[in-house]
Amino acid sequence: MRRFLSALIALGLIIILLEFLNLIPDFGNVDLSKRVSNSFINKSVDGNNETIEFKKSKDLEDGSANVVTSIVVNYRSFDTLGEVTVLFTAALGVGLILKGLRRKRFYREPNFILKTANGILLPLIFLFGAYIFIHGHLTPGGGFPGGTIIAAGILVLYLSNEKFELSHRAKILESGMGTVYVLFGLVGLILSGIFLRNFLPTGVIGELFSAGIVPLIYVAIGFKVGAELSNLISEFQKEGQQ
Amino acid sequence: MIYYISIILIGIGVYGLLSQKNLFKHLISLALIDTAINLFIVSTGYINGKEAPIYSEFTPIANFVDPLPQALVLTAIVIGVGVLALGAAMLIKIKEKYGTLNVEEIRRGDK
Repeated sequence: MRRFLSALIALGLIIILLEFLNLIPDFGNVDLSKRVSNSFINKSVDGNNETIEFKKSKDLEDGSANVVTSIVVNYRSFDTLGEVTVLFTAALGVGLILKGLRRKRFYREPNFILKTANGILLPLIFLFGAYIFIHGHLTPGGGFPGGTIIAAGILVLYLSNEKFELSHRAKILESGMGTVYVLFGLVGLILSGIFLRNFLPTGVIGELFSAGIVPLIYVAIGFKVGAELSNLISEFQKEGQQ
Repeated sequence: MIYYISIILIGIGVYGLLSQKNLFKHLISLALIDTAINLFIVSTGYINGKEAPIYSEFTPIANFVDPLPQALVLTAIVIGVGVLALGAAMLIKIKEKYGTLNVEEIRRGDK
């Protein structure tokens, strides 16, 4: 009976949502010129109307080649600051909830492959994570995926080494990088009157040293997310004392 | 097509939330709804025959799908991770206190 009623409610919800599909454009037939994203792509929010070309256009209002990054870390950077705060609050909550639990650390004797591959692959995993967040303004990726890859490396460490404990410096790194993000915003506020304004020259689109504060903020976010997720993993792995 | 897939996934998630008694399955249902909504939002920005929104050697001039839904979903994914981790931590605490994750058994043990 319970299953039948739940299926009925779920079905009703599906039918309602299918009705709402009439209100939005068909899949794949969106008129981009009517959407606000058009000015994000052409980087013309401030009224610049030149056509943008890779490795040629100079001194745009936002120099990052990855348009998603330019939205996340430049146009809607305040949003991202809130997002980072949400992640921080979640990590804090996990630490608070799991504090003082009497439980044993999850541990299985790692096999030979894991132990050996750990030594070879771990530096490469960290290097790859750093590559992802340093090139966040040029390639797909950025601070969040890069940080997650670094945290995955920490997870491998936890699985392969019984004695491994994340040091307290990870928490300092995390809060320090959050502060760096806010400081960038405050410098923008002082220099141009707008919080998180891009105050550095943006350079030629598509080069590594371009896009002003976007790569710097993404490096900060990468460290922050990496430290945060590593802390999450270590909270779940920690042996509780009481 | 992908609209229908994501709506059906939302329906499956709601069904799981309503019919299951295990709290861990509730958490998985929430994660499923989260993923389905992300899929839906990304698909609203797709345009036939256009490329990923990155200026590169292969797409030197803008010929892009809508980047804004992708940026919003990036935010949503990170928040989804936070919700999932917090929910898992709460489940560990509940399991320690009541010895079970079944909602009805927890209610019975409370009386």
